[in-house]
Amino acid sequence: MRSFLKPLLTIAAMALGMTAGATLPAWALVELNVNKGNVEPLPIAITDFQSGDALGAQITEIVTADLKRSGLFAPIDKSAFIEKISGPDATPRFDDWKVINAQALVTGSVGKEADGRIRAQYRLWDTFAGQQMAGEQFFANDANTRRVAHIIADAIYERLTGEKGYFDTRVVFVDESGAKNARKKRLAIMDQDGANVRYLSDGRSIVLTPRFSPNRQEITYMSYESGQPKVYLLQIETGQRELVGNFPGMTFAPRFSPDGQKVIMSLLRDDGNSNIFAMDLRSRTTTRLTNSVAIDTSPSYSPDGSQVVFTSDRGGGSGRSQIYVMGADGSNPHRISFGDGVYSTPVWSPRGDLIAFTKQSGGEFQIGVMKTDGSGERILSSGFQQEGPTWAPNGRVLMFFRDSAGGPKLVTVDLTGRNEQQIPTSNFASDPAWSPLLE
Amino acid sequence: MGRIAALTRNPAMIALVAALAITGCASKKTPNSAADLGLNGAGAATPGSAQDFTVNIGDRIFFDTDSSSIRADAQTTLGRQAQWLNQYRQYAIVIEGHADERGTREYNLALGARRAAATRDFLVSKGVGANRLKTISYGKERPVAVCDDISCWSQNRRAVTTLSGAGS
Repeated sequence: MRSFLKPLLTIAAMALGMTAGATLPAWALVELNVNKGNVEPLPIAITDFQSGDALGAQITEIVTADLKRSGLFAPIDKSAFIEKISGPDATPRFDDWKVINAQALVTGSVGKEADGRIRAQYRLWDTFAGQQMAGEQFFANDANTRRVAHIIADAIYERLTGEKGYFDTRVVFVDESGAKNARKKRLAIMDQDGANVRYLSDGRSIVLTPRFSPNRQEITYMSYESGQPKVYLLQIETGQRELVGNFPGMTFAPRFSPDGQKVIMSLLRDDGNSNIFAMDLRSRTTTRLTNSVAIDTSPSYSPDGSQVVFTSDRGGGSGRSQIYVMGADGSNPHRISFGDGVYSTPVWSPRGDLIAFTKQSGGEFQIGVMKTDGSGERILSSGFQQEGPTWAPNGRVLMFFRDSAGGPKLVTVDLTGRNEQQIPTSNFASDPAWSPLLE
Repeated sequence: MGRIAALTRNPAMIALVAALAITGCASKKTPNSAADLGLNGAGAATPGSAQDFTVNIGDRIFFDTDSSSIRADAQTTLGRQAQWLNQYRQYAIVIEGHADERGTREYNLALGARRAAATRDFLVSKGVGANRLKTISYGKERPVAVCDDISCWSQNRRAVTTLSGAGS
């Protein structure tokens, strides 16, 4: 039914040779240290990709928006540009770019090949060193213009920060419309910048908490379609759905294991409490990981699969939920959150170094991160009614949803807590889950 | 696809939920009275009808913040419900557990389930057959009151006893 996740990219990337003499040592090149506490955005000039049609300007616009939204780059207004770039392979007049303080310069071109494919190329220049830093060429089918732009933005981001980018990614989320007491909720998927929204369910049943498989091809989520709320799997491309497990009661809060072989989730017990189970998707065997007279939910694996972080109110009675870590076999559960407040929705960073969470404290909902032993807690965003962080695949940015002005919207914040951005969606949106980098 | 499509939906139950979700913030009262529900007075309900149950018995109880304990006022309501349900045994019963919006989505699903279970267990203790009772949690997904202050939150922290038609 949909082919948008096909391994379309035929994106054959190849390096473009250096056109300027690579005479300067590498250490002289511009770079951005993203590990400093307060990153000054890097001034960058992104010229219009040369093309015979509107494609060039479109690519430029997407690349510029990606880099700007990251908070690490300050794209320079085109009206300040002095040199008109003559061609994709020409060496720029670096003085013209230095004088407007463009430390990095992007040039490029895009055009259609005879076989209908798009050919796009870019070059990244260090204006002060007077040297090309990177250059690549891509071929893609023309349904993937936006992806080509995101891939170029990722390449620039990676070359200048030393970190993997996160622009060529998608987000699954719950599209919400209608009155608050009768919300229509639909599964939806879009590019990380809000473009290319597609619906994955019809809105007849409540759907919640979609999460990506590491293989990017399926999601697990919870739906009320059978009457009882249950966890399902959905193949994004084919639309094929199946129930996960055959449990008597409600199943909820699903997530994939890092190898994609298991779904971990909560299962309601007959006494009204909830425990955590993992189900092997091949053998269909289930393993109980917790057995407590408490609410144990929101499990999330560490990226190496050896541990699980989860929410439980086992320590403080109803409502005093805290964050716990245990072995992936359920061994040695121990509390790691000890701050003043109620903690929930822990999510392990793809880098493994941090756990993001929602904290309720002083009438506010906060999004924060802590180290995996619970130390070093930092609050990145506060407000009424915001929850559910999800990590960008490079572990630098979190997306969550904030309910204000009548309904929820998706918001990103980076690890500094200073760069907060709302993702444009036509309806209300909640429960975002970020994909890994696409392939 | 086929396996899922074969699962049945229950339109009757969903319609009932929708009908119960009509009370907004304008009414700060508990929507237990006939006037709140836009009915023609308590006497109009046929004894033993679903309307009789909703209007004259009271179909819902309320909880304290973050709690699934059955309060004293709720015990009174559930006592009436049990008496009625024991008299009219043709009904199967679904108890919906709900939470207010102050809590995360997944935790509130669990909290709503705990409230529904506590309500079920109380009714069973008053003689209602366990085989007639099912529970479902809506977490914070189906508020009846949609402002964001205390009066609304207290209405949304609820368990609603719904009659799912003539049961076995």
